Amino acid sequence: MPPVFIWLPAAAIGLLMLLPPVYLLVRTLESGTAGLDVLFSMRTLGILLRTVLLVGVVTAACAAIGVSLAWLTLRTDLPFRRVFGMLTALPLAIPSYVFALLVITALGPKGMAQGWLEPLGVDRLPSIFGLPGAALTLTLLSFPYVMLPVKAAMQRMDPAMEEAARSLGRSSREAFFSVTLPLLRPAIVAGSLLVALYTLSDFGAVSLLRYQTFTWVIFIQYETAFDRSIAAALSLALTALAIALLIAESRTRGNAVYHRVTPGAQRVPHVASLGRWRWPATLYAAAVVFLSLAGPVALLIYWVVRGVTAGEPLDLLWSNTVSTIYVSALAAGAAAVAATPVALLTVRYPGWVSSLLERLAYVGFALPGLAVALAFVFFGASVLTPVYQTTFLLVTAYVVLFLPASVGATQTALKQVSPRLEEAARSLGKTPFHAFRLVTLPMLSKGIAAGAALVFLLTMKELPATLILSPTGFRTLATSVWSAASEAFFARAAMPAILLIIAAGIPTTLLILREQEER
Amino acid sequence: MRFPLCLGRAFAFAAFAIAAAAVAACGADPTATPTAQPQATPTPVPQGAGSLVIYSGRGESLVDPIIQQFADVTGIDVEVKYGGTASLAATLLEEGANSPADVFYAQDPGGLGAVESLLAPLPADVLQRSPEWARSPQGLWAGVSGRARVLVYSPDRVPEDEFPADIFELTDPKWKGRVGWAPTNGSFLTMVTGMRKIWGEEKTAEWIEGMVANGATIYPKNTPQVAAVAAGEIDIGLVNHYYLYRFISEEGEDFAARNYHPSGGGPGALVMVSGAGILSTAENRENAERFVEFLLGTVAQQFFAGQTFEYPLVEGVNVNRLLTPLDEIKRPDIALADLADLEGTTAILRDLGALP
Repeated sequence: MPPVFIWLPAAAIGLLMLLPPVYLLVRTLESGTAGLDVLFSMRTLGILLRTVLLVGVVTAACAAIGVSLAWLTLRTDLPFRRVFGMLTALPLAIPSYVFALLVITALGPKGMAQGWLEPLGVDRLPSIFGLPGAALTLTLLSFPYVMLPVKAAMQRMDPAMEEAARSLGRSSREAFFSVTLPLLRPAIVAGSLLVALYTLSDFGAVSLLRYQTFTWVIFIQYETAFDRSIAAALSLALTALAIALLIAESRTRGNAVYHRVTPGAQRVPHVASLGRWRWPATLYAAAVVFLSLAGPVALLIYWVVRGVTAGEPLDLLWSNTVSTIYVSALAAGAAAVAATPVALLTVRYPGWVSSLLERLAYVGFALPGLAVALAFVFFGASVLTPVYQTTFLLVTAYVVLFLPASVGATQTALKQVSPRLEEAARSLGKTPFHAFRLVTLPMLSKGIAAGAALVFLLTMKELPATLILSPTGFRTLATSVWSAASEAFFARAAMPAILLIIAAGIPTTLLILREQEER
Repeated sequence: MRFPLCLGRAFAFAAFAIAAAAVAACGADPTATPTAQPQATPTPVPQGAGSLVIYSGRGESLVDPIIQQFADVTGIDVEVKYGGTASLAATLLEEGANSPADVFYAQDPGGLGAVESLLAPLPADVLQRSPEWARSPQGLWAGVSGRARVLVYSPDRVPEDEFPADIFELTDPKWKGRVGWAPTNGSFLTMVTGMRKIWGEEKTAEWIEGMVANGATIYPKNTPQVAAVAAGEIDIGLVNHYYLYRFISEEGEDFAARNYHPSGGGPGALVMVSGAGILSTAENRENAERFVEFLLGTVAQQFFAGQTFEYPLVEGVNVNRLLTPLDEIKRPDIALADLADLEGTTAILRDLGALP
């Protein structure tokens, strides 16, 4: 039986996470068979396959880019690695529909790339629409979901294991694949799971790039038929798909141990020399930064300039920036706090209760934001009237939406902390809570911070829940971008989008500064 | 490694957040009927002109200036929640009687139709400012500004003698691969509903099949179609009229697309409206009525004509010089309230493979 300070908050969070599925169930039962008809039509099944394909491609690509960049920026002599380390986290802050718009402008028919290539005789580029564009956009936006937790795990990892492998005659590369990579598995899997679920729930990119996924079908129900019950039935099916992913993930997990088992102090890791791979590696990192950040930002600046020269006023949106940072920080803090008991319970006390809780924790992330927001309207307007449309309920909804980002990072960190340390503290007469506070928590802080940073970035660009659940008159940068872009005022949409990326620099810079402090 | 100070504070917040979460969770039992009556909202006693809560499905960048003007003139404390028309309609339906909203200002009659059960009749003098074809027969909502369905075309690739007289001609094989549409867009669906009234179900089905057979490129909404015409991806798109002018004002006169109203009329020449209705649970009913009246007044109507490139609906306000005057469009004679049967339209589009 876990101590009260773990199971009580964990149970409360489990109940909170139940709100969206309960709401969806209520609405589905209303729909009768209409929802089932849509769900089991051949077209929907085809769309299901397309969705799985997109999820697979994006997740694999993000894992490859995320792990390689984490290693390059932390463990090698890559030039400018701190700058790369910071810049590669920022794409997370770009809303997917903005990125998709930019991709179409740059690579679409008669886009910028084609304009540049035309003098060379290229008059038609391969079409960006469909799978290539959607996969490209979602990969460039979401590889940091893998990179950030992997970096955090690498920092906690004891280099002694790698060194032992080296001393037994393995080359640097063999040691990476046979020791480092397996030790990083929890972080890679946790990050990939976030990528997969984010891809599952994305609407902005797939709709603009014309790749029809399951979430797209759900939105069509809300948008075209004003039909909440069919949309709810489909959302429940999406939940089932997400849970299938989670079960598949836990099947592959096994009973591996990721913490060190012998006493001793952790040493500063060895920095690999890239040798002749130094410049190709720099080129690779630069290409990722260019495609995922520098290129989009340049295009956004171009839109602003074009708008200003055409007479648009330049609005710096100071109050929107402040409120964006304010709610995002609240959400990051609340998610970090909510994730800790969930991670403790699921890692330290495995069993059916904790695996149920773990799956529940991921449900909100896989659902379309609109469905989760409507669940909060459903409960908020009828039962929780005093807090309805307050910052409090909005932040609670953010926690439900983004908890897995925080839970995953914290769990990964916890798996690297040996329970023996807590046991030692207990044997010296500390209560479980004291042992947690004095021993475990300090060692978890990096994982918690990485998770909080992810939640911060996710909250900043969140749209459907922010629009519906925020106090009336509340504006964030994301709502400003959306409001302008949806009416085709691209110049006006560009400025808040740039501010969004700048604000995303705050948590990432803080993380990097802490890294440096510790060296 | 040191213990970060902020975590201590975070834990204080934790206790707070978790307690609240527990409260939230306790209220989550779906079988329990909400026993507590909705509490009287602790809003401060209205001072002076009082307040008004608007749910606006129309974009902030479009209507915020005119709403601000209303607030300035009347001294009313106006709060606006912006969002998509469909998601705000869904929100209103979920909120039911507990909605804090006074006015729903929607982009299309479909959104207003979806929440009709929550609306109260408008006062007759306000309602009648809006032309009869553009308002709800039960007086539940009034059309505020007009938006015409239009063909956006490329002047380079579609010479004048090729202009289709009506959109049925677009099913001709010569348009194969040259046309775009946005089958999930609200305005498009409203047009198809009109088409079913004007042409009947059979011809509508024939048109949809013809468009699908012609490989009409699917866009998520109107603006990408306008951009795609200019970019040379398609030659003709089925859109609303005003997006073109926003592109031209940002990108300049040489933007390579123009509008065309089908000369033979029909569903492709339909004129639709944005509209507003008052919730029957509105706490600020008087202010809500003043607002709808204001939207149908000269000042607001001139704003729509001048700033958002829409058609004013009130007598005596001139249309923007860039637009084709309303009486030159061969608008099908159809009341917008007849365009509410969205379900039938989505069903037919779904059957014919244009929608999932």
